[in-house]
Amino acid sequence: MADNKAMDAAKPDDPIDADDMGDLIACPVCDALLRDVAVPVGARARCTRCHTIIAAPRERALTRIVMLASTAFVLMWAAVFFPFLELSAKGLHRESSLLDAVLAFSDGLLIPLTFAVAALIIVLPLVRLSAITYALAPMALGWHPWRHAIPAFRLAEGLRPWAMAEIFVVGVAIALVKVAGLAKLSLGPAFWALVLLVLVTALNDNFMCRMTIWKTLYTRARS
Amino acid sequence: MENALHPRPVLTARAAGLVGCRNCGRVHARGTPHCARCGSRLSSREDGSLQMVWAWLIAGLIAYIPANIYPMLLTKSLGHHAESTIVGGVFDLVDHGSYGIAAIVFTASIIIPVGKFFAIAYLAWIVGRPGRTRGHRHTRLYEVVEFIGRWSMIDVFVVAILSALVQLDFAATINPGIAAVSFALSVAFTMLSALSFDPRLIWDAEEAPQT
Repeated sequence: MADNKAMDAAKPDDPIDADDMGDLIACPVCDALLRDVAVPVGARARCTRCHTIIAAPRERALTRIVMLASTAFVLMWAAVFFPFLELSAKGLHRESSLLDAVLAFSDGLLIPLTFAVAALIIVLPLVRLSAITYALAPMALGWHPWRHAIPAFRLAEGLRPWAMAEIFVVGVAIALVKVAGLAKLSLGPAFWALVLLVLVTALNDNFMCRMTIWKTLYTRARS
Repeated sequence: MENALHPRPVLTARAAGLVGCRNCGRVHARGTPHCARCGSRLSSREDGSLQMVWAWLIAGLIAYIPANIYPMLLTKSLGHHAESTIVGGVFDLVDHGSYGIAAIVFTASIIIPVGKFFAIAYLAWIVGRPGRTRGHRHTRLYEVVEFIGRWSMIDVFVVAILSALVQLDFAATINPGIAAVSFALSVAFTMLSALSFDPRLIWDAEEAPQT
């Protein structure tokens, strides 16, 4: 399935005029000018110069991405509102949700950190998932994209480094070990929702070939 | 595969008088302000990319100093107060015998941030030396830095979780210290620094004649 083929480099002596521009793409990493050949589903096209993967279209990718994004969206709500960790020590019992973890910094000088943590683990992942669904769901159903689908997908792309739910999950694992000696801990349903969310998001990013999505989004928005 | 000393000359979008969109790849005539396909801002090479990289990097370095000096965690356990810094927290973990977790925390809060400062500074320095860059090696370094940087945020999350969870009145409480804020800022600044770096500069410097 994963046969790697290199894209053709544009010949230095080819004259380039405005009509040709649609057939060319520039590698985002090294700026090499490449012929935009049709890449078969399941194959990966790499840049001839820096070998960055340029396009890797997958079968029924749009449908899968939208389904995974909406799954992740539902899981996110479960992760926020169900109890996350339960702790008991010396007869005391405490349940905390994801929101409690966010509000941990809510006194004095640490308030800005509350906003930052809330944004990184709840708000930005939710915004990103909604933006993906908004931009791609109509196309997955065979309709034209809705208005502002293009800025919505650009927003989703821009937010990618800042949505840190998966890092938070690893943080939970470390916190568990740190308090293990102090108290008895058990994981609540929200933790498993978050773990699933991380897996679903990773799978989703794997299906996402940006080059192909941008082209589809653009052509269908105009036709 | 290819001769590293005499790489095959490749026509770049810039050399062809065009500008490529870094988001979706479409090429445009030089001077087009926004991509016709995806609407991103276009620039043949990010203007002032290196200045932004250095500025964010220095901001990150400055924020990293208080992050290491001030306490990250304030622990109260049966009337006993303790403050631990990032490094102190790692030693505590080693004392408790959790070597694996100590290694993870040490990697996320010390090795990754410090390594990242050096890696970004090295990349920003070497692209100013024509002929000195090695495209594949330096692009790989850039990708690693970009991918791994966000994972430093782990320690901030651990502090948040511990503080939310361990509030057992007199038995034990854990509260975040001010270092958590400066550490989070430091990670955010270095992420911005890495994002401002334009990897096309690496390849430009490789093609440029050695001076």
